[in-house]
This record gives sequence, structure tokens and C-alpha cells, in this order.
Amino acid sequence: MPRRRNKDRYWDPYIAGALLGILLFLTFFLTGHGLGSSGGVNRVLVAVEDLLAPRHVDTTPYLAAIAGGERDPLDHWIVWQVAGILVGGFVSGWLRGRVRVETRRGPQITPRTRWAMAFIGGILMGYGARLARGCTSGQGLSGSAVLSVGSWAFLLSVFAGGYLIAWFFRRLWLPGGDG
Amino acid sequence: MAPWDLETALGGAGASVIYLLIGFAFGFILESAGFGDSRRLAAQFYWRNLTVIKVMLTAIMVAMILIFWSTALGWLDYDAVWVNPTYLWPGIAGGLIMGVGFVLGGFCPGTSLVGAATLKLDAIWFVVGAAVGIVGFGETVSLYNEFWNSSYLGRFSLPDWLNLPPGVVILALVSIGILILGIGEIVRRRIHGDLDEG
Repeated sequence: MPRRRNKDRYWDPYIAGALLGILLFLTFFLTGHGLGSSGGVNRVLVAVEDLLAPRHVDTTPYLAAIAGGERDPLDHWIVWQVAGILVGGFVSGWLRGRVRVETRRGPQITPRTRWAMAFIGGILMGYGARLARGCTSGQGLSGSAVLSVGSWAFLLSVFAGGYLIAWFFRRLWLPGGDG
Repeated sequence: MAPWDLETALGGAGASVIYLLIGFAFGFILESAGFGDSRRLAAQFYWRNLTVIKVMLTAIMVAMILIFWSTALGWLDYDAVWVNPTYLWPGIAGGLIMGVGFVLGGFCPGTSLVGAATLKLDAIWFVVGAAVGIVGFGETVSLYNEFWNSSYLGRFSLPDWLNLPPGVVILALVSIGILILGIGEIVRRRIHGDLDEG
């Protein structure tokens, strides 16, 4: 049972959480701001848009604020940090033999269904994260640690949304015949 | 006193290296906690495995204690630290949409990057979807700019709102956090016994 073996090699959640907390603190201490991810992806995408349709970027206020005129959307700390996430995630998985082409899914659905749902879920996540001005990392984790009222309201909303809807989509994740 | 202006201290390239290292550690920890695996993440919402909430709450509690300790000791200038400005309703609306996206997609943006880096195909599809959503937002926000900039409360912290000293707020949050983790684990065991898989 390779999955069981994998699971046992994951770090204890409280230890992982404590290390993540220390990293988050060090980031605030060194740089004055927290961790992020969707903001970095956003900048990469706006950079692509700026290559393909610079006029459009310059005339859309939201995009122009990031990449209008001579502004370089990639000249920002979060872009480097997101590149680091990819490398760090890869190295961690590689050291533990978890870099493997596979599709993680509930036992009742096909890989194709899983990909479609991942794509749709991704759209909602990407859209919601920009609407909320940050994702689980930039808004939820970082904003909550510095006690932002909006970040706590956001974090509660993410979990509320998830728990409210989870029952309706249980077939995606749960084994058959189990609630 | 911290925080420092890295770009002035180290130059642009030096600062970039620091950010790259911070990201590396972030990605490494997420993957090590099992956050590259969508089943493990989604299990949170079915009370089968509470790793997500355990890691997140522990990280928030540890970071906020360290931040406010170092502020109290005069090492860190909290006023110079970025506190996400509050736009209450756009944040709540975005959060609810993300909650739905989390259940459907099995990831959040950060964890999907780690999943994609370890070649999980569902994570790669999620990243493609997120890219569509992000570009879609940039293209549509002008339709409802008013809402997106509404309920703006600026830099607004829980101690400001409750009119209590930060230490009291943190003590309360840590107590509530430990309570949530304890109760969550009891509920999970009541439902699923010793089964603890993602």
C-alpha cells in the first residue's frame, strides 16, 4: 500500500504548522510582509497579457496598475517567492519519492471527471482569490497572523463555503456507500 | 529595527534570492505536510483528516505570538508591517467562492503549485483553471468596481475593532484555536474512529 507509506512519511501536522508559523514570522520580520501565491501567479499572467495585448493592458485600469506603460509586472518580490514554492515543493517531493505523474481522486470518479472538476474548482479559486485580494496564503495565513479583521472574516468564509457545499459533492471524494 | 528594507540592504538581486529562499521553504513545508495531495486536502471537509486546519491554525498561532512578542520587546515595528487592508464584503464573497472552489478542485492556489511541482495531473488542471479565473477577474472587475472597493476599513486589526490590547486578543485567539483543534479531533474520531487517511 504505497499510499499508507506516503502518509506515514508526511510530517506531523503540528510540527509542519509550527515550522510554517516560524517561517511566516521570519518573513514578516525580514521583509515587512507575509507569504503569498495567487498574487505571484496573477503577475505572471498579466505579464503574458502585456506581451500579447499591451494596448488592452494599458487601457484596463486593474491591469494597468500592474503592467501599464513601462511597469514590469515581474519586478516584484512575490514572483520570486512563487518560483521558490515550485522549486521547494518539487525538491521535497523528489527527496521522498513523491514526484510521480498521477491523478489523486476519490474512488468513485474517473481521472477525466477529476480533471474537469479540478479545472472548474481552479477557475472559482482563481477568481475568488483576486476578488478577495489574496488567497489562503496571502490573505488567510498572513493577514490572520497580523490580526487583520478582513483576513479573519475571509478565512472563516473559505471554510464556511467549503463545509456548506461539501455534502453535495461528496461523491467526488468519498468511497461508495459512505455518507 | 525590523522589518528591514531588503532591496536597500542587499540590492535587487540579493533581495530576490531571499524571496526565492522564503518561497523554497514555503513550498517544502507545504509538500512535507502532504498538501500536494488533493485527497488529503479535501478530506478536511469530510472530517476524515484535519491536516489542513491543524497546519493552518498552528502556523497562525505561532506566527502571531512571535510577531507580537518581538513587537513588545521592541525588535519589530508592527506599524511598519503590512496588514492586509480590510475590504469586508469583497473578502467574504471571495472567500465563499474559494470555499466552493476548494471542495470542487481539491486545492487552494498555493497548494496547487506544490501539487503541480510534484506532477499531480489534477493539480496541473487546477492551476490552468486558476489562471483562467485570475485572468477572468482582471477582465471583469471593471464591471463592478464599486463593490470591489466597498466596505473599505483600511488597516483595521482585531485589537482596534475590539478595543482590547493585542496580548488579550492573541490569548483569546490561541485559546479558541486550541479548542477548535481539540473539538475537531473529537468530532472526527466520533465519525470515523481511528481511520485517519487523506
